[in-house]
Amino acid sequence: MHRPPNSTRRRFLGLAGGAAVLGAVPVVTVRPAEATPAMLASAIRNVTGGAAVKTGKVKLDVPPLVENGNTVPLTVSVNHPMAPEDHVTSIHVFNEKNPQPNIANFYLGPHSGRAQVSTRIRLADSQKIVAIAKLSDGSFWSASVDVVVTLAACTEEVI
Amino acid sequence: MASALINVPAKAKRGDIIEIKTLMSHIMETGYRHMASGEIVPRDIITSFACRFNGTEIFRADLFPAIAANPFITFFTTAIESGKFEFEWVGDRGFSETASASITVE
Repeated sequence: MHRPPNSTRRRFLGLAGGAAVLGAVPVVTVRPAEATPAMLASAIRNVTGGAAVKTGKVKLDVPPLVENGNTVPLTVSVNHPMAPEDHVTSIHVFNEKNPQPNIANFYLGPHSGRAQVSTRIRLADSQKIVAIAKLSDGSFWSASVDVVVTLAACTEEVI
Repeated sequence: MASALINVPAKAKRGDIIEIKTLMSHIMETGYRHMASGEIVPRDIITSFACRFNGTEIFRADLFPAIAANPFITFFTTAIESGKFEFEWVGDRGFSETASASITVE
């Protein structure tokens, strides 16, 4: 009788069984009510396609202490010229702990003159906000800010 | 019912960088809130905003539930010629609104 073929088969079955158990764990766990850092990372990867994101150029203006998470002023500006051959093409804003990692995507062009956008956002918890700018040369630049929220958005019941 | 507020300078010099401010009244229901009975309030948000100048798109935004109610968006553009800005908001449940503003460039 030959032992080696049998033992590799056994080892394969053991590995497959282990993988099945590992695979089953996320199915059993309840989907979290908030975005996780992993969801934030995957949302960023969807935009960058895995390209390196450098820190700098981007300025993210959000109050560090927010009383009401239902409306938080946010301004993103990118310190970069807006020339036809070299400009900011888009600005993407993400968060860490809202139910969804995306906040907004803004698409600009050389005619924008200044790479700056403002809006008002919701924050469900004290968390990190990340802004990423894409330049026309394909590079990505980012900035992040930690915000403390006293009254969270999205949690109240509708009566 | 829905109404928009637009702030565009009426006049600008050629080459000036001007700021455009827009506000659209909308509930921006996130789809993550529950009623007292436990039912989820269905999502009802504006998903996209676009601005065209004389027919050419100059700015666009994708919005998510994390945008506060009555979406307020400001951005910049370079004044090149006189013309008309057209704004469009599109959202859930067939929501679609437009607004426009004119500028004189000298």
